[in-house]
Amino acid sequence: MREMLSMIVVLTVLTAVSGGLLAAVEQTTRPQIEEQVLKFQKEPAIKEIFPDATNNPIQERADVTADGTTLQVFPAVLSNGKKAVAFEAKGTGFGGPVGLMVGINIDTDEIIAVRVTTHSETPGIGSRAKEDLSFVSQFAGKSMSANFSLKKGGGDIDAMSGATVTSGGVSQAAIAAQALYKKLKPEIVKQIAN
Amino acid sequence: MAQSLVKEFTKGLWAEIPPFRLVLGLCPTLAVTKTVENGIGMGVATTFVLVFSNILISMLRNIIPSKVRIACYIVIIATFVTIVEFMMQAYTYELFLKLGIFIPLIVVNCIVLGRAEAFAGKNTVIPSAADGLGMGIGFTMSLAALGAVRELIGAGTLTVWGGSPIFEIGHGYIPFQFMVEAPGAFIGLGLMLCLMNLIGQK
Repeated sequence: MREMLSMIVVLTVLTAVSGGLLAAVEQTTRPQIEEQVLKFQKEPAIKEIFPDATNNPIQERADVTADGTTLQVFPAVLSNGKKAVAFEAKGTGFGGPVGLMVGINIDTDEIIAVRVTTHSETPGIGSRAKEDLSFVSQFAGKSMSANFSLKKGGGDIDAMSGATVTSGGVSQAAIAAQALYKKLKPEIVKQIAN
Repeated sequence: MAQSLVKEFTKGLWAEIPPFRLVLGLCPTLAVTKTVENGIGMGVATTFVLVFSNILISMLRNIIPSKVRIACYIVIIATFVTIVEFMMQAYTYELFLKLGIFIPLIVVNCIVLGRAEAFAGKNTVIPSAADGLGMGIGFTMSLAALGAVRELIGAGTLTVWGGSPIFEIGHGYIPFQFMVEAPGAFIGLGLMLCLMNLIGQK
């Protein structure tokens, strides 16, 4: 009995202390990590989505809020004078959250391009969603009201063979982006007009 | 005392150098040693975890009930690994991108758990720290050496800390590309094990 009790107490205390410590480390490193993600993930993704932007979407990033939802948006002016916006949405892949940067033409509500940003998918399998552009290029040119589910779920998106869960995560992120866009578009337009 | 400390430290550098003599921790050894830089990065991360988990485990060795010791060790090791992961994301993001999934996998690296079970659980704090540091440095050296061999043969360059290579074989050199692919890891490791045994054979 005593042995049992000591096992329970030691393990409980150990895991509790460990959890507290990790929460503290996470809190202190978060701003720095966000900066790094901006520099090494979001910036390259946005440069690929808007190769012809005449402004600097990274510098002009802003937070828009509606109904308690806050979203970081990257406004862009394209070389043909059209206005566009990019923002990141998340889905759940095989190894954790999958970030998807979505670039949208504000006037036509059409997707310009999407890119995978942060992910922890299996190298060589799920990571193809980021490295091999043939999967994400399916989204280009689609309307924001299209069905972004995978084909087996009745949608328009072909899954990558061998990486169904990752494909599902990207599709989930695109659907999340749809909801965000629907909810926040008036705010985004207002933000860009400024 | 001082002499035995030196012994605990140096045994990890040669006599029990982890991947080559103990043949432990082969997963990261094979997977991340495409370049010297990756090898060193992985080695330093593992060294950090080894030293701190060894210290903490030896401090707690009389409190941890022996029946749940493995679970306790894993909790301690996983905590330090996650700290390393946060730190790498915050300060060396490019390296974090390259090492990716192999950082969380340090949790199940046989060397770390092996040293906890074989050494830190039975010894006092200072020898355990020396043991962890020695093993970590040995591991880092091994990974760097294997990475150097693979990068040199497979790509014809040596690169430390990003940017341009510090050493390059002339332009006429056609790299053996397979050395930076998976089979090259096995061949490279095999040859180095062979070399180590040859030197060790008296």
